Amino acid sequence: MYGFLIAVGALLLLSIIWMVYRIQTLVSVVKGSDKKIASGSNKINALMFVFFLVGATILMFWYSIKEFDNYQLPVASEHGVVTDQLFWITMAVTGVVFLITHVLLFWFPYKYQWKEDRVASFYPDNNKLEVIWTIVPAIALTVLVIGGWRAWSDITAPAPENSHVVEILGYQFAWEVRYPGMDNVLGEHDYRLTSATNVSGVDFSDKNALDDFSSPVVVIPKGEPVLFKIRARDVLHSVFAPHMRLKMDAVPGMPTRFWFTPTKTTEEMRRETGNDEFVYEIACTEICGRGHNSMRKEIRVVEPEEYRKWLADQKPYIVNNPSLVENLPADLKELAEITISEYK
Amino acid sequence: MATASVASHSGAAHDHHDHEHHDNFITKYIFSTDHKMIGKQFLITGMFWAIIGGLLSLIFRLQLGFPEMDMSFMKPILGGWIDETGTLDPEFYLALVTMHGTIMVFFVLTAGLSGTFSNYLIPLQIGARDMASGFMNMLSYWFFFVSGVIMFISLFIETGPAAGGWVVYPPLSALEQAIPGSGLGMTLWLISMTFFIASSLLGGINYITTVINLRTKGMSFSRLPLTIWAFFLTAVIGLLSFPVLFSAALLLVFDRSFGTSFYLADIYIGGEALPNTGGSPVLYQHLFWFLGHPEVYIVLLPALGITSEIIATNSRKPIFGYKAMIISMLGITILSFVVWAHHMFVSGMNPFLGSIFMFLTLIIAIPSAVKVFNYLTTLWRGNLIFTPGMLFSIGLVSFFISGGLTGIFLGNSAIDIQLHDTYFVVAHFHLVMGSASFFGLMAGVYHWFPKMFGRMMDAKLGYIHFWATFIGVYLVFFPMHYIGIAGFPRRYYTWTGFEFSNMYTDLNMFVSIAAILTFGAQLIFLFNFFYSMYRGRVAPLNPWRSNTLEWTTPLHPGHGNWPGEIPSVYRWPYDYSKPGAPEDFIPQTVPLSATPESNLPHEQELVKLEKEIIAEEEAVLVANESTNS
Repeated sequence: MYGFLIAVGALLLLSIIWMVYRIQTLVSVVKGSDKKIASGSNKINALMFVFFLVGATILMFWYSIKEFDNYQLPVASEHGVVTDQLFWITMAVTGVVFLITHVLLFWFPYKYQWKEDRVASFYPDNNKLEVIWTIVPAIALTVLVIGGWRAWSDITAPAPENSHVVEILGYQFAWEVRYPGMDNVLGEHDYRLTSATNVSGVDFSDKNALDDFSSPVVVIPKGEPVLFKIRARDVLHSVFAPHMRLKMDAVPGMPTRFWFTPTKTTEEMRRETGNDEFVYEIACTEICGRGHNSMRKEIRVVEPEEYRKWLADQKPYIVNNPSLVENLPADLKELAEITISEYK
Repeated sequence: MATASVASHSGAAHDHHDHEHHDNFITKYIFSTDHKMIGKQFLITGMFWAIIGGLLSLIFRLQLGFPEMDMSFMKPILGGWIDETGTLDPEFYLALVTMHGTIMVFFVLTAGLSGTFSNYLIPLQIGARDMASGFMNMLSYWFFFVSGVIMFISLFIETGPAAGGWVVYPPLSALEQAIPGSGLGMTLWLISMTFFIASSLLGGINYITTVINLRTKGMSFSRLPLTIWAFFLTAVIGLLSFPVLFSAALLLVFDRSFGTSFYLADIYIGGEALPNTGGSPVLYQHLFWFLGHPEVYIVLLPALGITSEIIATNSRKPIFGYKAMIISMLGITILSFVVWAHHMFVSGMNPFLGSIFMFLTLIIAIPSAVKVFNYLTTLWRGNLIFTPGMLFSIGLVSFFISGGLTGIFLGNSAIDIQLHDTYFVVAHFHLVMGSASFFGLMAGVYHWFPKMFGRMMDAKLGYIHFWATFIGVYLVFFPMHYIGIAGFPRRYYTWTGFEFSNMYTDLNMFVSIAAILTFGAQLIFLFNFFYSMYRGRVAPLNPWRSNTLEWTTPLHPGHGNWPGEIPSVYRWPYDYSKPGAPEDFIPQTVPLSATPESNLPHEQELVKLEKEIIAEEEAVLVANESTNS
């Protein structure tokens, strides 16, 4: 019944619109306004541009200011402060250009709308002007680019020697985190060794792998450089840690890396944001299939002392799962067993 | 001279005229070799795809704006993709995003825009009877049609259409185990794109040949309307870049079906280690974006060309900086080939390459800025008439500014780290490439509808359509900047799994509602378009009082365009409001010698030349005739 009523209503509405349309067409024919070069609608359209300009500007400023704390994510890494600064400098420069060009674009239509008695000025070119507005943007852009280039060079420079290494492996649909253990050297890996118990395909015949361990959470120390070694084992993924201003694709067959220095512990961030539940997160930003939107990993930033304590508490893969070393050659197996016994 | 050349030309025209009597329905409307009909075929097909692409986006906007919504009402169309509880399948969500992108970029904004207007306008504006090869032109449309049919079929297969994003990066797009859409759906995608590439190349070769060879007498390159310059350069870009997409696709086909490892290496999936080693997924990205970035300009340049023409006409002023406009377009054409890797700053490629591409990318912003300033100066001290075409052109300039400026953020690799693959990118390219080009398409349709169908579209409905769409587009895409700065990633079925992105449900709802209303506003256009085609007011011959050649043809130009001789061209197309002239426009066909009152000093020189050439030609003709007889 309701469906029927809605259909009738819609039909009525459409026919009313139709009538109005026909009537206005006929009226315009009778008035002869369709013969004119510019009818009364020209004025209305010219005015609309001004209304749009004013309305949109107010709306933009109101929302941008009101929501600032919401969309401006707190930053927690050293390079993040730099890139945020670049972002806001670019915002200021482009914002000014945005406003000026739009004021002109919407004000000219009002100011120079059609008048019967006026003739447009024949002004086909002016090379001086062209040169000016080629060079001025060129200079502005150069300044912006050089800032970006210096930041980019610093960010992508080789990681400091003393960086804490963490391997992050993306797979459908989760992240596996591997630490190099006390030697700070990750063991070799081979994708063919991957199994349900060896998610990262660690090659335990490499001695460096014996103290490697896994963690459900990425734990890193505040104020010390951290190097993410990033891998993927099936399709492309991308490690995105929004508060760290960190993003790097995980590519099967091609390890990538990103190093950074966290500046605030999770605790400090909780105090700063007033949110007791606050956690740093890692998300995936390269489309990877059904669970693309669920590849979540937590990062916990702690004080360096706490980090060292945590590190000492961790148990290597082979301790948690001695079957991993069962098929190793005898000498390596012995070494592995010594390691296992040390941890017990 | 005049009589002699009329005789030779009208002979040809007469043949054309004879032909038309033999045209039956199939040769006139289906397998037509008339560029005007082919242009209309591209337009109607493009509109069909725009509706499909738009509807797909509405489905995923419903999911994003109203994640709790019961979508059972779409079950009749989507079937199994909506489960028992009325929720949308996440894999189908990805397929929707993928198909929306593919359809809009290739079928609507490449074929629908460039295909329509290059075909329709090139012969009419340069003064040619048809394209260089009418048959190739027909093939171009039918390859596009076949491509569309295959893509359309892929929407309905059981495993769903391709779902790896419109960029279809391997390994996701290469491995059926990774996502079901990478099975048959992806195969169909690749076949469809192959046809599409063939279609683009056939069209492009034709546009280039026609512009170079078939210009009428006096139509030098320095007198070409900017539309033609834009179509010409677009065709050059397409011709150079589409083959690279083809090679990318071909290698992907090899990887998918013949066990090669161009893009695949060290993969463990579905509980087994694949034998592929040594390939590089990044190689595919390089190849893809070698087309993908020029593609942005393939969709944008025609829109900018159309806008230049419409803004000049309706400002009753010459376009400001005609030469600067051409140089900027040339600059964009060349630079568009050396900026592709700015899509890949965080793909794992060498950061040094990132630095290089950052510099090159920001260089391409300069010609774009020059174009904007030239548009603004064209409006300045004009006498503006707001036809719907003009409104859409001004809207285009606004989107071009808004979306172009955010490109400066994304082109800066340091800033791009955070913004890459977030909604900031979505907002950026939907404004600068999607909406701007779409507005160019709309401007073109409103402006050339009288030539296409001999009738006027209703202007008032056009105004309503413009304002609803213009405001709507900003309401949809402007909020996405905030969502993007907040770090919301693209192609997410839902954001609630993360704390950093679980706010803004209200803003997403707002965007979705705005998207639905904006789509609704397009129905006004569809009505106006089809109603006016049959019942619109009969158009005057030159409704916008424009200078270009197409308005010198009859109301319904036949195959061959001009019944008699093709008119000659004596001046550039932008003599609007020239001081001294009685009218505020002087068509290109008016000789300089006929307008001594408005000629500029250097044109007065040309008058002499004009007369000399005419005299010389007459002498040649007389000589020819005496040898013939």
